[in-house]
Amino acid sequence: MEDIYFTTITSLRDRIRRGDIKAREVIEKYLGRAQKLNQRLNAFISLNQEGALAQADKIDQMVASGKDPGPLAGVPMAIKDMLCTRGLKTTAASRILYNYVPPYSATVVERLEAAGAITLGKANQDEFAMGSSSENSFFGVVKNPWDENYVPGGSSGGTAAAVAAGMSVAGIGTDTGGSIRQPAHFCGVVGVKPTYGRVSRYGIIAFASSLDQAGPMTRTIKDSAEMMEVICGWDKMDATTAKVQVPKWSTQLSSNLKGIKIGLPKEYYSSAFAPDTQKVIDQALAVVREAGAQIVEVSIPLTEFGVPIYYLVAASEASSNLARYDGVRFGHRADFSKKPAEDLAEFYSRSRGEGFGTEVKRRIMLGTYALSSGYYDAYYRKACQVRRLLRDQFKKVFTECDALLTPVASTPAFKIGERIADPLQMYMNDIYTTSTNLVGIPGLSVPGGMSSEGLPIGVQITAAHFCEEKMLNVGFAIEQALGIWKKVPNGL
Amino acid sequence: MISEAQLKRIAELARLQLTEGELALYPKQFSSILEYFEKIAKIPTEKVEPLVTPTDMVQTLRGDEVKPWEHHNESLANAPERSGNLFKVPPVV
Repeated sequence: MEDIYFTTITSLRDRIRRGDIKAREVIEKYLGRAQKLNQRLNAFISLNQEGALAQADKIDQMVASGKDPGPLAGVPMAIKDMLCTRGLKTTAASRILYNYVPPYSATVVERLEAAGAITLGKANQDEFAMGSSSENSFFGVVKNPWDENYVPGGSSGGTAAAVAAGMSVAGIGTDTGGSIRQPAHFCGVVGVKPTYGRVSRYGIIAFASSLDQAGPMTRTIKDSAEMMEVICGWDKMDATTAKVQVPKWSTQLSSNLKGIKIGLPKEYYSSAFAPDTQKVIDQALAVVREAGAQIVEVSIPLTEFGVPIYYLVAASEASSNLARYDGVRFGHRADFSKKPAEDLAEFYSRSRGEGFGTEVKRRIMLGTYALSSGYYDAYYRKACQVRRLLRDQFKKVFTECDALLTPVASTPAFKIGERIADPLQMYMNDIYTTSTNLVGIPGLSVPGGMSSEGLPIGVQITAAHFCEEKMLNVGFAIEQALGIWKKVPNGL
Repeated sequence: MISEAQLKRIAELARLQLTEGELALYPKQFSSILEYFEKIAKIPTEKVEPLVTPTDMVQTLRGDEVKPWEHHNESLANAPERSGNLFKVPPVV
């Protein structure tokens, strides 16, 4: 039998739809493998044992009775634990939500399940998606399947690791400043952050509402396109979703890049990348040239300010969004039986102080400071003003080219523990990914090569608002020419 | 440098009790992070309207309609303490 573990959405759902293999058999095998490998990789916070099998049986019944089981029929999905799943524990990898069971599902989850996808489990991550290494989880550090001494990236590190290790066929991540693209790069999978407004945020635990966007993490570009067709589109439950038509991306992919102009922002290329990263970028550029694209140099002068603007905006929004965790209606509450609270402020402070981890507290504090009286104009307001100038520069650049090709990060995955002690250094890792969210454009990471240590290296492609098609085609051309996506980690 | 008094004031505003370790760790970290953030001060932004959401969208409103919500038991099941259909909190002295 053809291997069902390192397969694609398109191949697996075709076999299930044809009745060649039962969804139940697929899900039983995946649950077993996910459970076994999780002891090493810690990619899942919880597995949806019973629910996944019940969903699989429903798919099998539909196939048996000749009904359409949907475009994602029987495909197991690792859903980041930021997305609410009705009746299934949803924690944001935080102690403050360690036992939270949502009474409703996120629109993304509902749409995936309506399309036949199976929620295999809830993927580990950085707490409240705050982090770039998946080391900030109340449920423990996630390991990179290519080398367990390395981080998988973050914050969607659990989803990336699960897909890379063949514990799931695909998954959902969220991306506030690179949290889909950077772990995709570190783990050798495809990760797509759609344009802000493409995907409903309803039922997704809010971190920074003007930046957050969910997206697919898959083995191939085509698989990501298949998932985007399902999850994108206007939702009455999220007023920030756009009433823009959702193209059939998966049927329109083309690796012919004739007429496409690819921009290289000189500010991104002004500092040195790790030598292996440089090689991968050079190779990707050779591929897109060969495919007919024209390469042009462009300029985004405010690039160096992307990280400070991002952390000011994200921390400010987070300090406001996370104010809802008060220990009253759900989540962790401190034990007041021995020492009662002196006032209401102490009731909140003790529960929140125990419930949030160090990185989350650091960001709430930074955000509170940036929004506080006397500092608001210099920090938050100023950051929002520069954000507009940055967006204007991106808008101008996309009148000169169709897509940008850059690294995702200046290095491949780093070692567990290597950067966690210095938060500023960790924040500065995000230099190539944060601007995408600040200006709201789509971005992806596609596997482009391997480092000399055997770690994957991705290539980032971004495009103008709602122009995912061009971005996907550039990624598709790189994927088809290099075939890096076919590599799988040893020993799993 | 952020002083310990300033740090405690921010923690109070944020309703966060900090551990001894965090109180020792944060001042130096905050100072280096804020110093890095302050780079943006040199960019001229006079008369620039702050951008608070990245795409061109218009405010949409919906009708305020009453709809049945049948999952109140699922919601209440998440309460740290409940009393019937109410959330229960400890007495605050």
